Amino acid sequence: MHRFANPTAFMRIANAIFPWAAGLATVLFVIGLPVALVTSPPDYQQGDSVRLFYVHVPSAWISMLVYGSLALSSAAFLIWRHPMASVSARAIAPVGAIFTALALVTGALWGRPMWGAYWVWDARLTSELLLLFIYLGYIAIADAFEDPERGDKAAAVLGVVGSVNLPIIHFSVEWWNTLHQPSIIKMDGFTVDGSILLPLFLMLGAFTCYAVAIWILRLRSELLAVKLRNARMSEVNLASAAAE
Amino acid sequence: MTRKRRRMYFLLLGLAGVGAGVALALSAFQDSIVFFRSPTEVVEGKVATGQRLQIGGLVEAGSVVKDGQNVSFAVTDMAHTVKVKYTGLLPDLFREGQGVVAEGKMEHGVFMASTILAKHDENYMPKEVADALKKSGHWQEGGVPAPPGQEGGVQAPPHQDGGVQAPPGQEGAGQSAPGK
Amino acid sequence: MDSLTTFFEMGGYAAFVWSGYGLTAVAMIGLLVGSLRTLRAREKEFAAVRRNRPTGDAQ
Repeated sequence: MHRFANPTAFMRIANAIFPWAAGLATVLFVIGLPVALVTSPPDYQQGDSVRLFYVHVPSAWISMLVYGSLALSSAAFLIWRHPMASVSARAIAPVGAIFTALALVTGALWGRPMWGAYWVWDARLTSELLLLFIYLGYIAIADAFEDPERGDKAAAVLGVVGSVNLPIIHFSVEWWNTLHQPSIIKMDGFTVDGSILLPLFLMLGAFTCYAVAIWILRLRSELLAVKLRNARMSEVNLASAAAE
Repeated sequence: MTRKRRRMYFLLLGLAGVGAGVALALSAFQDSIVFFRSPTEVVEGKVATGQRLQIGGLVEAGSVVKDGQNVSFAVTDMAHTVKVKYTGLLPDLFREGQGVVAEGKMEHGVFMASTILAKHDENYMPKEVADALKKSGHWQEGGVPAPPGQEGGVQAPPHQDGGVQAPPGQEGAGQSAPGK
Repeated sequence: MDSLTTFFEMGGYAAFVWSGYGLTAVAMIGLLVGSLRTLRAREKEFAAVRRNRPTGDAQ
């Protein structure tokens, strides 16, 4: 854990992962999209609208995966003051916000023909909307202070507190009755036929690799921003900042 | 070292506090978080009449009567049934034996709905698979062959109102997919 | 040609399916392009700062 506090060591690993994540994302999209859109069968109830499943579920998955990483980074920052933790959280927050918005929008586009409504205020949809606001709040707070370190600290508190919403999103369909359908994951497997599960897993893999690749790109940007700030603040720091 | 440990405990304690607070608030507002009420709750008078509400359950097989845009059907949770009247377009997934949520008011024992929403379950499969399951006798209403013990009846809901899947065998959920 | 039409029709759900995939593509490509642009701009800026103030061995 503490090994990753060092930006150089952190980026060495991240940079080694990057080509694999980017390459795998490309391969999975190239295979997954034709399967999702062409070769997979329509659902017996939902017809071809089931194809929205293959972008809706991965978006929702990334929205929660990213928040998990954001919350852990925030906690690491608050406890150990690891500078890399806040850099990582700042890099990933917009990615999470975009995928949360995508999950909501693709869900609406799927809900209209199937349920008969773009939007309902049930527990699942409402808690996912709250997730979007938490992301937006995080981004706003992180940049709200003159001193970026104070922004890091305040945003990290929100990041940790917001993690309470994650189990609410996941279990909302079990705890309360909702219009949203329950989870497809059951104790003894999935409630989805293999021909529909395959494109889902391909797209889940593609989205995850894509998110990892984007995160690493944004990590580089955020680190450069820190280095630029340091370089401007004092020339003395420049030497260590420039050491790659 | 101790300072970091203290910060960690403080953080965990804070998170536990926030979590407990949220859990309390959620259970206090339980009634307004549920998206719909069951026919049982309505029949047993747990819901004030004349008040706008959503009721959810399964569309009782054989209960749907269509007259142009006027539709009437019964919503059931296998224990009780409420008659629903509605005028307008129905969502594509509205089927007998499938989940439904109606928004409206109770008037003289009939639920006058202004909106009808279809509730989907978590089962996805191509039509061929659904047909094959039905042919081989492994079909459970609501989709996939239910694991033993869970079969038969509205899936045990967390709070007596609730889930709307897998009612015991009537036929009907297998109608062909829209646009297929 | 006929199967192509069927494909685009998406069993009557064309408007929903295609706008869902379209918006997802726009968002994901946009995020990639935006992230790359920011990175390039900062790399340039950083290179400029370095050039203007050649790094000594301070610290």
